[in-house]
Amino acid sequence: MWRDALAVAAKDLRIERRSRVATHQVLPFALVILVLFGFALDPDRGFLARAASGLYWLAVLLAVVLAAQRAASIESGDGVADAMRLSGIDPAGVFLGKALAVAVELVALEVVLGFGVVVLYGVDPSGLGLLVAAAGLATVGLAAASTVYGALVGGTRVRETLLPLLFLPAAAPVLIAATRVTDEALGGAVVGASVGVGDWLSLLGVFAVLYLCFGVLAYGPLLEDA
Amino acid sequence: MNESRSRTGSALTLGLGIAAWSLLALTIGLGLGLPETVEQDVYSRLIAVHPPVAWAAYIAAIVTAGASLVWLVPRTRSETADLVAGASAEIGVVFTGLMLATGSIWGRPTWGVWWVWDARLTTSALMLAVYVGYLAIRRVPDAYEVRARRSAWTAMAAVVIVPVNHFAVEWWRTLHQGRSLAQLTPGDDLDGAFIGTMLLGFVAMTLLYVWLLIHRVRVERMTSRLEDEALADAIEARRAEAVGAN
Repeated sequence: MWRDALAVAAKDLRIERRSRVATHQVLPFALVILVLFGFALDPDRGFLARAASGLYWLAVLLAVVLAAQRAASIESGDGVADAMRLSGIDPAGVFLGKALAVAVELVALEVVLGFGVVVLYGVDPSGLGLLVAAAGLATVGLAAASTVYGALVGGTRVRETLLPLLFLPAAAPVLIAATRVTDEALGGAVVGASVGVGDWLSLLGVFAVLYLCFGVLAYGPLLEDA
Repeated sequence: MNESRSRTGSALTLGLGIAAWSLLALTIGLGLGLPETVEQDVYSRLIAVHPPVAWAAYIAAIVTAGASLVWLVPRTRSETADLVAGASAEIGVVFTGLMLATGSIWGRPTWGVWWVWDARLTTSALMLAVYVGYLAIRRVPDAYEVRARRSAWTAMAAVVIVPVNHFAVEWWRTLHQGRSLAQLTPGDDLDGAFIGTMLLGFVAMTLLYVWLLIHRVRVERMTSRLEDEALADAIEARRAEAVGAN
C-alpha cells in the first residue's frame, strides 16, 4: 500500500511539475486573495495584522479547493480512472498517494503565503514551533479531506461547483483550530481564552486521523464510480 | 394509476399524524403556561420547543447515517434504505433550520444579539451547511447505484458533526448554556414543570419526524414509479407513431 502511495504521489507531482498548474495558477490565486483582503480591509487601521491568522488560513482553504479539483481532474479524463482500477494498485494506496501529493503542494503554498502575510500584512513571525505543528496537522487534514471530497464528486458533471459546497463546511474545523493556534503563536490570542492551544492542536490531529481513515475505507468503492 | 397508489397516507400514518400533532399542540399549550423566570423572562418557555427541535435534527442525521450504512453493506442493501436516508436528511435540514431560528429568537432578548460565534451555534450552522451539501450531492443525476453509493459515503462523513454539535458546549466553554437536561434538577418543582414539558416536546417532535419520514419516503417512491411509467409511456407512444407512419 505504501509503495503504491509513493508511486501515485510521484505520478501526480510529476504531472504538476510538467503542467505547472499548481505554480502558475493555484499559487498566484492564493496570493491574489491575500492582496484582495488588503483592498477590502482598510490596511491603514492595523486590522490586517490582527486578522492575519484567519485571513492566511482562509486563503489556504480556498487554494486547497483548486488543488483538490486539479487532483481529482487528473483521473477523470482519457479513461485514467479505469486504467488505475485495472492496474491492481491498492485503492487505499491511491488515496494516500493523492493526498500526499496535495499535501506536498500545500506545504509549498503555505510557505509562500506565510512570506506573503509577513510582507503584505506586517506580521511579526514568532512561535515558529507552534506554527509548524499547526501547519503540519492542518495540511494532513486538509489534504486527506479534500482528496475524499474530490473522489466523492469526481464522477459528476458538476464537480467544480459541488466540491466547494461539500468541502468548505467540512474543513471549517481546520480553519477555526489552525487560526486559533496561529493567533497564539503570533501572540495575538485572546487573553483568558477558554480553550487551550493543546486542545486546538488535538482537534487538528483528530480531524486528520478521521479523514485519513475514512479515505482509506471509502476510496476503493468511490473509485469504482469515478 | 389506481387510487391506492396515488396516496401517501395509511391507517398507520393517520394515527401517527393525529398523535404527533396532538402532542405538539399539547406541548405548545403547556409551554405557554410555563412560569416566567427571573433570568430569561417569558423566553424561558422556548425550552418546550428548542431542545426537542434540536433532538429531531440529531435523530434525522443519525437515521440518515444508519440507513446509508445499511445501504453500503451489500447484504442489507435496498432501495428503501437509500430513500429513507434522503428523506431523513431533508427533514433534518428543516429541523436544523428551525433549531437555528428558535435559538436566535431566544438569543436576541437574552444575549442581546441574534447570533454569536459560540461553539454550539457555529457547529449548528456547520451542520446545516453539511446537510445542504449532502442534499445537493443526492440531486446530481447519475445511475442509481453510483448516486446511492456516493450519497451514502457522504452521509457517513457528515454524521460526525452530530456528536461534535451536541458536546460542543462541554468541550468548549462558551456562551451557550450546557445540555438542557443536564442543567435541570428533577426534584425542584419549577424544574420539574420545565422538564415535563420538554420531554413531552421530545416525544411530539420524534413522532412528527417519523410521520414526515414515512410520507416523504412514499412520495419519493411514487415519484420514482411515475418517472418509470412516464418513460414507458413515452416509448410506447413513439412506437405507436412509428407503426402509424408505416
